Amino acid sequence: MTSSILDQVRSIASDLFGVPVDRIVAESSPEMIEAWDSTQHLNFVLALEEKFGLQLSPEEMEQMRNVGEAARLVETKLQKASR
Amino acid sequence: MISEPSGLDLRSEADRLISAGSEELASLRLAELWRNEASASAAAFLVSRYEQLRGKLPLVCYRLAILRSFTVEPVLPLLRADAFVHGIDLTVQLGDFNAYAQEILDPDSSLYRFAPDAVILAARTADLAPDLWHEYPDLALEAVPAVVRRVSNSFRQWVRAFRERSSAALVVHSLELPARPGMGLLDAQENKGQSAAIQQINQELRQIASEHCGVYALDYDGLVARYGRLHWHDERKWLIARMPIAADHLVYLAREWLRFLVPLAGKTAKVLVTDLDNTLWGGVIGEDGMTGIKLGPEYPGAAYQNLQRAMLDLARRGILLAICSKNNLEDAMEALENHPGMLLTPKHFAAVRIDWNDKAQNLREIAAELNVGMEALAFLDDNPVERQQVRSALPEVTIVDLPEDPQAYAAAVRDCPVFERLSLSSEDSQRTTLYAVRRKRSQTEQAFQSKEDFFRYLEQEAEVLPVSPATLARVAQLTQKTNQFNLTTQRHTEQQIADMAARPGWQVLSIKVRDRFGDHGLVGVAITRDQAETCEIETFLLSCRVIGRTVETALLSHVAQGAVARGRQRLAGRFSPTRKNAPARDFYARHGFQLLEENRDGSVWTLDLRHHTIATPAWIRLKTAEGEHN
Repeated sequence: MTSSILDQVRSIASDLFGVPVDRIVAESSPEMIEAWDSTQHLNFVLALEEKFGLQLSPEEMEQMRNVGEAARLVETKLQKASR
Repeated sequence: MISEPSGLDLRSEADRLISAGSEELASLRLAELWRNEASASAAAFLVSRYEQLRGKLPLVCYRLAILRSFTVEPVLPLLRADAFVHGIDLTVQLGDFNAYAQEILDPDSSLYRFAPDAVILAARTADLAPDLWHEYPDLALEAVPAVVRRVSNSFRQWVRAFRERSSAALVVHSLELPARPGMGLLDAQENKGQSAAIQQINQELRQIASEHCGVYALDYDGLVARYGRLHWHDERKWLIARMPIAADHLVYLAREWLRFLVPLAGKTAKVLVTDLDNTLWGGVIGEDGMTGIKLGPEYPGAAYQNLQRAMLDLARRGILLAICSKNNLEDAMEALENHPGMLLTPKHFAAVRIDWNDKAQNLREIAAELNVGMEALAFLDDNPVERQQVRSALPEVTIVDLPEDPQAYAAAVRDCPVFERLSLSSEDSQRTTLYAVRRKRSQTEQAFQSKEDFFRYLEQEAEVLPVSPATLARVAQLTQKTNQFNLTTQRHTEQQIADMAARPGWQVLSIKVRDRFGDHGLVGVAITRDQAETCEIETFLLSCRVIGRTVETALLSHVAQGAVARGRQRLAGRFSPTRKNAPARDFYARHGFQLLEENRDGSVWTLDLRHHTIATPAWIRLKTAEGEHN
């Protein structure tokens, strides 16, 4: 995974969940971040869609159990779109 | 000089400035971040940081309730961030899904307990009129008018009920048309189709809005169409989260809401100050000359004509135009007066500064000449360096952000919410002419020996009348926009003015003024309330157009005469100082009032009407509902 996408996803998570970006890692998950509730999960999904110009399905939304998985998902979708 | 700091840099710089206590600078950085990146994530950041700056920035607090039939939660951070950047601290309350009818009809609902300043009613066509949406093909043709009536009547009933229970502004979404009508092409072939039925409801909604003060239709269908019907929606999000709008379009709904909230919260600009070279025309007049500049109906000059057309439209809304440009005066005037492609001419500009001085200084002079505060100015310039300098020197001035491509200039001006108006008075549409007349008058004023000579020469006629349905909008507008000669700076909506005028013991008076140079229209308001033997002045204000010409004395004399006629023995009034209203500070002292008390919040004054009278100045002919004086 390129670091730039993970970094961009980390920075979005930092903005949305109000946690400094250096404290957000690939493993950061709703269990570790207090503000990451179901409403914020929707906001997180929407922010990723907006930022990377893609749409995530309900199944994909459920797959995103931490920041790293979200970044991987975005990267896969971007690669598919560019083919 | 203008480097492009990254979003992360701007974030950390804003945080550094916040901890250093430089609130104004931090706010500039946050606004810059928002200009570069109006995203959900930047919005979340802005909201959390502006919340820390509350109380340290001059923000207007505004309460908004949203009644809705779909998920709008993700729009709120975008809306609040955009509002903060426009100087508005928005508190938002959301209604429950599809509970809007109960909330409006029940006087004890959480909607009214919230005491909103404004309410948005956002319901989808599919929720309000399911029979005109999915079920349309099943509907018998004869049944369509009944559905149109049912939905229009619901709107009418809600608006009436709302108006009885609240004086807040109400913004109602119009109904969206289907992207793919049930009957396909047939839908466009006759006047009774699905789209036609929905459009008829929208037309009714406009009618209902026009019949009530402070009720406005939001052209939701127009909004969706502007950004592309098929791109606007995300059906999957609707199904899993009741969120019908695609992630990258949420910001457009936020912006549309803000177009209403900016004028409602009084954060409008009164003057658009424009640069010339590469803004009003392409190229540099001093170098390219009359034949070299780009300005005309074809590419590439059409972009600049389109911008001029947008500015003419603003003038029709009552926004004054002014020029602030670094140029040789003769070169620039030659183009302004004689270039065949110019749609704007010198007479459209209320103030002109064409020289080599610093633009911030020129903007200060323009504000002084037009008698407006700096926050009333908006500045238009193609040069990002000039924009940045003005932004740092004069943070109150709205900077219109011009994109790089001149083809997009006109849209940038039209999209700027500070130029939105929610109602127009006849003064608004004539303002450009009024100011042209005023420029002539101040040239005359300098030729007189004494002020009295000048006043006599003016031949002022004033007319004092109680507020009427025809003048309600203008009276409310004056209470919302007058900053300088305003003793209490109480802001009122049209509905609040109408309520006060209807209350026993209250008087809402307006004054119109004309003089030998022209008609100024309605320029002053006095609102009083009789309490036992005292007539209390709640509001007393005068448009900056007529400050310093004793019009206030004429209005006060009428207020005093009315109080005596109603058997009152005293006039009482309050002066509440603001950053702007120094011109009104000595008003009561000048008219013989006695100071009763004074503290940080202001001063209280009284005048014994049994021993004092206030005469209308000899040089003003005062007409009233009761007849003519002087």
